[in-house]
Amino acid sequence: MLKTELLVVGAGPAGLAAAIEAKKGGVKDLLLVDLNMRPGGQLFKQIHKFFGSKAHRAGIRGIDIGTQMLEEAKELGIDIWLNTACVGLFDDKIACLEKGQPDGSTKIVYVQPEKIILATGGQENVVRFKGWTTPGVMGAGAAQTMINVNRVQPGQKIVMLGTGNVGLIVSYQLMQAGCEVVALVEAAPKIGGYGVHASKISRAGVPIFTKHTIKEVKGNGPNGRVSEVVIVELDEKWNPIEGTEKTFEADTVTLAAGLKPVSDLVKLQDIELVFNGPFGGWVPTHTRDMESTCPGIYVAGDTTGVEEANTALEEGRLAGISAAQSLGYMKDADAEALKDEIWDRLAGLRMGPFGEKRAVAKKELMDAFPEVARG
Amino acid sequence: MARLDDDMLVCRCEEVTVGEIREAIAQGAFDVVGVKRRTRAGMGLCQGRTCEKLVQQIISQELGVGPHETGSSSVRPPVRPISYGALAEGEF
Repeated sequence: MLKTELLVVGAGPAGLAAAIEAKKGGVKDLLLVDLNMRPGGQLFKQIHKFFGSKAHRAGIRGIDIGTQMLEEAKELGIDIWLNTACVGLFDDKIACLEKGQPDGSTKIVYVQPEKIILATGGQENVVRFKGWTTPGVMGAGAAQTMINVNRVQPGQKIVMLGTGNVGLIVSYQLMQAGCEVVALVEAAPKIGGYGVHASKISRAGVPIFTKHTIKEVKGNGPNGRVSEVVIVELDEKWNPIEGTEKTFEADTVTLAAGLKPVSDLVKLQDIELVFNGPFGGWVPTHTRDMESTCPGIYVAGDTTGVEEANTALEEGRLAGISAAQSLGYMKDADAEALKDEIWDRLAGLRMGPFGEKRAVAKKELMDAFPEVARG
Repeated sequence: MARLDDDMLVCRCEEVTVGEIREAIAQGAFDVVGVKRRTRAGMGLCQGRTCEKLVQQIISQELGVGPHETGSSSVRPPVRPISYGALAEGEF
């Protein structure tokens, strides 16, 4: 069985940052795996500029952050296995990897690292309405990958459900990619994301229906594909108001209803999870070092609560530094000083109308650690 | 929230409907794992990645409990589908 000092699962912003910091911190033997054919997670589909302050890479596009990180990882000589899924985690930190081979086949490889960092990211929520399984209904993130990474239009006429920043940004990018966005639909009384994104869409003449939801999607298109979308107004108790239906001709419905953490590997290790609404459900509680209740297993990024790329990146750094420190490669004082800086930056990222809730959620999640860890 | 139609699909991998999940709850299921054991919802190719939250919402609605009281899906290796061939050739 292969032995290594550190295994990082997931090469998105959190996993890449973790691997880079661990390597810089002195870890010699490190393996980074990702189940996709390219590393970088969702960074490469984020062609828009990030917002926030300068310290948080505002004005820089996700795709450029991804490129920078990959270059850094390459310079440091980090070993990345792509097309590789971690399909099992067993006692004594034995990981079962399904390693992609150059010919497209896969091979099972067992690895026993001394430390593990789980940065498996998040996954899109679905919404149920009549016809939600009709071909042409997809996640907004999936549609974003199609246009920005694969350069394929998901359809011609699109209805977007959800007006958080993902819903707004992806709607605009779909328009840039040559699709017609017919309407945006939002159940809440007001738009969820930043006004600056919403006005871009309104200026282009696309209607945004707040206090509305999708009642039904009809699949009379080619091969049963989406043909029509019926939306309906909601009352104060979120009940549909009969007689307020509007029908749009469309071939695609994109769902921007938030994400949930991918928690299969953390569950396999009996890591203690805590329910946290704002973070998307059950998430592992952790220390200031990002260590879970399972000693030597660290968590970072959306796995520990859905936030955004910058927080994932900083959490990844914390985990990487902590792993290097616990492996004996970094002096405690040096590691702690770096971690203090990162926590300061994280506090900055969790500010403002969108960040405050996440600051509270993170505090609750971490406050639960001592009690949960005692069992 | 409007009541969902019984014939609406919830777990598309195992083709489990809202009605079947309601029936499981009526039989005594009170969490995601209980529904899974009775209906196979969440036991297909995606292992509940898509339907877990939908099942949680239905339990929450039917029993009038909060989302944190509906539990979450249990997990077993392999967490993603792998072929018997790959598994058999694996060296420990």
